[in-house]
Amino acid sequence: MENKQCTAHSYITGDTTIRNRKLQTFKTPRAAPPNDKKDSHLSKDDCLQPDETHGESYHRRRRSSNDEPPSRSGLLLLVAGLSFSTRLYKIKEPPHVCWDETHFGKMGSYYINRTFFFDVHPPLGKLLIGLAGYMSGYDGTFPFTKPGDNYEHHNYWGMRGLCAGLGSFLPIFAYLIVLELSHSHTAALIAATLLIFDTGCITISQYILLDPILMFFIMAAVLSMVKFNQQQHRPFSAPWWFWMVLTGVNLSGALGVKFVGLFVILLVGLNTVSDLWRLLGDLDLMLVDFVKHLLARVVALILLPVFLYVTIFAIHFVVLNKSGPGDGFFSSAFQSRLIGNNLHNASMPEYLAYGSTITLKNLRIAGGYLHSHWHLYPEGVGAKQQQVTAYLHKDYNNLWLVHRQNDTNSQRGAPDLVRHGDIIRLEHKETTRNLHSHLHEAPLTKKHFQVTGYGMNGTGDNNDLWRVEVCGGRTGDPVKVLRSKVRFLHKATGCVLFSSGKTLPKWGWEQVEVTCSPYLKETLSSQWNIEDHINPKLPNISLSVLKPHFLEILIESHIVMIRGNSGLKPKDNEVTSKPWHWPINYQVVWWLNLACLGLYLILVAVTSVAFQRGVSVSQRRREHCFVLMRGGGLFFLGWLLHYIPFYTMGRVLYFHHYFPAMLFNSMLTGITLDFLLKMADLLLPLPFCEQLQRVWMVFILLVILYSFYLFHPLTYGMTGPLAHEPGSSMARVKWMESWDF
Amino acid sequence: MLQLPLVVTARVDLVLLLLSLLAFWTRLTRLSYPNAVVFDEVYYGQFVSLYMKRIFFIDDSGPALGHMILALGAYLGGFDGNFMWNRIGAEYPCSVSVWSLRLFPAVCGALCVPVGYCVIVELGFSHVSALGASLLLLFDNALIVQSRFMLLESVVILFIMLALFTYLRFHNAPTSSPVRYCWLLLSGTSCSAAIGVKYMGVFSYLLLVGVASLHTWKLIGDMTVSGLCVFVQCVCRGVCLFVVPVLLYVFWFYVHLSLLHRSGPHDQLMSPAFQASLEGGLSRITLGQPLEVAYGSQVTLRSSASQPIPCWLHSHKANYPIRYESGRGSSHQQQVTCYPFKDVNNWWIVKNPDRADLAVGSPPRAVRHGDIIQLFHGMTSRFLNSHDVAAPMSPHAQEVSGYIDFNVSMPAQNLWRVDVVNREAESEVWKTILSEVRLVHVNTSAVLKLSGTSLPDWGFRQMEVVAEKMFRGHSSSQTWTVEEHRYGTSEEQKDREAELHSPTHIDVNRKISFWAKFLEVQWRMLTVKQEDSEHKYSSTPLEWITMETNIAYWLHPSTNAQIHLIGNPVSWGVANLSLLAYHLLASVYLLRRRRGIKDVPDAAWEQFVSLGQVCVGGWLVNFVPFVFMDKSLFLYHYLPALVFLHLLSAALLEHAHTHLLSKDTHRRVLRACACAVLACVLLSYHLFCPLTFGSPELSANQLQALKWRNSWDILYHRR
Repeated sequence: MENKQCTAHSYITGDTTIRNRKLQTFKTPRAAPPNDKKDSHLSKDDCLQPDETHGESYHRRRRSSNDEPPSRSGLLLLVAGLSFSTRLYKIKEPPHVCWDETHFGKMGSYYINRTFFFDVHPPLGKLLIGLAGYMSGYDGTFPFTKPGDNYEHHNYWGMRGLCAGLGSFLPIFAYLIVLELSHSHTAALIAATLLIFDTGCITISQYILLDPILMFFIMAAVLSMVKFNQQQHRPFSAPWWFWMVLTGVNLSGALGVKFVGLFVILLVGLNTVSDLWRLLGDLDLMLVDFVKHLLARVVALILLPVFLYVTIFAIHFVVLNKSGPGDGFFSSAFQSRLIGNNLHNASMPEYLAYGSTITLKNLRIAGGYLHSHWHLYPEGVGAKQQQVTAYLHKDYNNLWLVHRQNDTNSQRGAPDLVRHGDIIRLEHKETTRNLHSHLHEAPLTKKHFQVTGYGMNGTGDNNDLWRVEVCGGRTGDPVKVLRSKVRFLHKATGCVLFSSGKTLPKWGWEQVEVTCSPYLKETLSSQWNIEDHINPKLPNISLSVLKPHFLEILIESHIVMIRGNSGLKPKDNEVTSKPWHWPINYQVVWWLNLACLGLYLILVAVTSVAFQRGVSVSQRRREHCFVLMRGGGLFFLGWLLHYIPFYTMGRVLYFHHYFPAMLFNSMLTGITLDFLLKMADLLLPLPFCEQLQRVWMVFILLVILYSFYLFHPLTYGMTGPLAHEPGSSMARVKWMESWDF
Repeated sequence: MLQLPLVVTARVDLVLLLLSLLAFWTRLTRLSYPNAVVFDEVYYGQFVSLYMKRIFFIDDSGPALGHMILALGAYLGGFDGNFMWNRIGAEYPCSVSVWSLRLFPAVCGALCVPVGYCVIVELGFSHVSALGASLLLLFDNALIVQSRFMLLESVVILFIMLALFTYLRFHNAPTSSPVRYCWLLLSGTSCSAAIGVKYMGVFSYLLLVGVASLHTWKLIGDMTVSGLCVFVQCVCRGVCLFVVPVLLYVFWFYVHLSLLHRSGPHDQLMSPAFQASLEGGLSRITLGQPLEVAYGSQVTLRSSASQPIPCWLHSHKANYPIRYESGRGSSHQQQVTCYPFKDVNNWWIVKNPDRADLAVGSPPRAVRHGDIIQLFHGMTSRFLNSHDVAAPMSPHAQEVSGYIDFNVSMPAQNLWRVDVVNREAESEVWKTILSEVRLVHVNTSAVLKLSGTSLPDWGFRQMEVVAEKMFRGHSSSQTWTVEEHRYGTSEEQKDREAELHSPTHIDVNRKISFWAKFLEVQWRMLTVKQEDSEHKYSSTPLEWITMETNIAYWLHPSTNAQIHLIGNPVSWGVANLSLLAYHLLASVYLLRRRRGIKDVPDAAWEQFVSLGQVCVGGWLVNFVPFVFMDKSLFLYHYLPALVFLHLLSAALLEHAHTHLLSKDTHRRVLRACACAVLACVLLSYHLFCPLTFGSPELSANQLQALKWRNSWDILYHRR
């Protein structure tokens, strides 16, 4: 407590410049309450003592003192209170499924029911949602089929409450981060206010979405990183370790929710590299000590997050042990882990025989089942014959019959086994077409040949014949179900059946392309295994498929996720947006942010040119500039890292992808506006400037509040007519024609 | 007074001269062989032909300068543009001077060698390493192949190198000399030329601007220079490196647009206003139409969307089927579609809903923004109508139909509000060609829109037109332009049909400014997306480094003589090694300098850094962007990046020689090694010569022996 009062009033003794002293004389009688004044005199000497020994921290304290008398915890409480109340207000409304809740709510239910599913994001966010649902008494029975479904008696508030609760921390974190970097309550307050009253930010926190959870971890990581940076003068002390470990934990949290977390990892990584670079240049530091620093960071910022991240996946796999909708995305070995899957404790004929009905699974990770359906290749794409694709879901169109070269009627007597080197014909069970290839270009991979379904009821031509090869086998070896890697070589052209992994356009139902590759190199894409095998004439034998290693599961699920992510290509008529729409697409707060971004760049350019030309400025102003360049630089970098990469992404982009960048932008706004306020005395004599600062501050707050007042019906659910109908209350709020309420 | 004797002293770098001669010899000998269309000549050739015929075209592969350089060669050779560029390998007729078509790229390719020499010298390295670098450039088979045909890469490479060379020259020149700004001006010019040939030049331009701003930053920090002087220098640099290139870039387009004034195959991509400014085509049809659309006007409405195909609002005597294949029902009213051909059924009449007559009154009453109209189909007398029935192919949108009141259960909903989108730029009045108009359905406030899908057989595979709730702002598929227009005079249906069949014709010339044309062309070039299917020889950037790919450029129709784009494997390997070595060396130096240990003197360090900025930077900016590009890429895209690595190899060797090795014996060994590598380069150049020059013909076995990588596609004739 003592120390805190010191920080508040040490400027009385500490200041050397005349201007500051003047400022003080204006300030004290008006601003400081009388009892504080007394304290300050009392504590004067106590304050001086530590300050002289720690020059750096002294400066920092002095800087913080330039602001309003900081009832620091009071302000923080105010921010927290406002933040929680705006987010939790009307949390149960609307009582039906909104937007992406249909996905994430459903996935929460999957965790509660322990059924396996597949999603393009890592599991932590959905795990937390599931946990919150579980704790609040939700039983996982609500189907979440489509947006607009009524929740009825189901307990959905727990899941929404978790998201809103975590979302409420964002302004608090923003406040603390900005305060830590700028030591200015004004800046911190501006940043926090922007976030508290930003309707977009409120909206995104109020529903069952991954974004509030993701942003919570991002901001927490930045906060702990900033705190850690402040500890740099006390290396290897307890707080130093604490903040570093906390940074690592939050990083793994961010990455565990969405891969967007990679950007904050990049931010922290860059920060760490520059920190290490500084340490390396410090010639007083022994090389051994430097190595200690390096190792500490490797442990806390690389090994620990990796360990935690892997742990999250371990929990994910342990929780989800029942077969569910996501099975088909994974390999046969993976599926055998899942209770209820037909490969779990599977029992089927051991060796492939003629007359069997089989499914073929491509061995490439996230490779699909060989599939065909009643649709032809369109005009201009090779021959106009039936499509053959690879399909990730289990489906009766994945079934194929194995026939001998010539006879269609191979069902007599005990079936013969198919052996390495045999020539076979594969007939699609549903459409009775034969698997066929010929010298036409494949639809996407132009270097390969097209694969089609050809013929009718088993009659076809010589291009329907394929030679079976077991990888690593010799002529005459039988083909083992599940365990043999099989290649199918086209007899006429010598090419090999291949799954390219490219997604076909709309005419191919966005399934995966299957080709015949003339390059015979053994790759996983050209190897298949027999997954289902039905032959009533053969005895079923229980197969214990090799259970995969945890590491294999982990790698496999990542590759499947990455494939899934890049496969999310925009479809027609879908609400998608382009990155350059984002910063301008919303309301007052966002425009203010954008304007401040431009302003910030100009300010930095001016100050750095001034420094480069060696313009002499007062110590105080120099420090303000450093705050602008260092602190602001961090936020600007964060904004860049969370925004620019989206330009290079081919996947579907939504407006909510901009929110993490917007957080950084708001904090940057806080610092920029604060800097402007402090620079006001360049233009005006002191007393006016003081007042101008106040007016300016109040003005900004009012603008933010007014915009909140205008837009709040959007946030808390609309009542009344839709906006495009004239006379509605929303018509005047619809400022830009492109908004879609 | 004339002083005698009059003396001119000239110093000639004989090595440089010899190198240039060699370069010209390798790039220019037997230039007209093969006398057939080679690879992308088939692509560039069609544009050259269009230049010869002055026909307007648009090409998204790059701005106009490159095409114009090729066209200049053709023009000088007397090419008349009459050649069908339809197939790789097609023989040129003797009327085409193949030599002149290929001359400019070849000359540019040859000039790259001496310019590379100069860059190394300007970087402060010795003439020996300059010689080494230019030998690597000289004997790179891929560079030779790419230079010898009517392609643009060699031109881009030359301009990029020239820009760097001139900038370095400027930087190295003494501050006092006034000539140095000429060098900077030249640098800016080369940059804009490089961008003008291919957009990838932008990457090198950015690098150069980056290096220049670094130097300028140092200048700003130099306290010995006065503030005014710094300011003047900054302004000069700004003018030379920003203003001049931008102006020149616009100038290329000015020349391009003033050369091409006839209408042609790409007219349809452009706005009607643009088309009307071209000779022939639309301007012939629309010449002298009335400007303002009035009640009673007969119009054709063209969709502003040029994707998937430009088309006109159309209706015909066929109804929507009662039930679609999916089992959904329709209104069973007359179809309204978008039809990509001129047709009498594209004519609509703008009708005032309050009046019954269909002729233009006198004076004509113009239609303004916000007015309510009906659109009357001229040939079938149906009104354009929309209602709450799902559209055939896009069920989320409303069906649009042709309505006539047969007293069935469905009421007419045929009122449309005219929404002039560009009213601020043009005017409130609906104008022919100039106004972009949204037609908003009054009852449902949906917007008439081209959905982009085509109808099945019952709709004659024409484009579907729907009415959709407006969202996501402006979209070109929602706006329509009046293209053909006349004031209707006939009241009787019979007369009207005759009138609709007759062509429109009155004489006035309509012009749009150069800037409007420039902006439109530029915008179209950046947004036109060509179909992006994989090409047989396309490859990924990683395959370029590992040399896993080649491109077959040409195969003799009967023998095995063929030309391939394959680099010199030895020099490409050396290039990769030197890239790796630079990075290793740089990181070791950096770490050790940070700890206060200086391995090399400061001057050498400066030189090493600037080598990295130019050569490694050049490689990075010309390579890394391709990794993120989402289109089909070819091996030749790597060549600009590769050139920088060749420069790097030689310079790095010299650095190692002078600064890393201290003992004479070591240096001698290094020199010997360098000579040996050079000999290997020469040897492999010689080995691959037959695939570079297309002669002599090789046997199948010899070809097989040259297939150093399994993934190379070397062609054989089946005998």
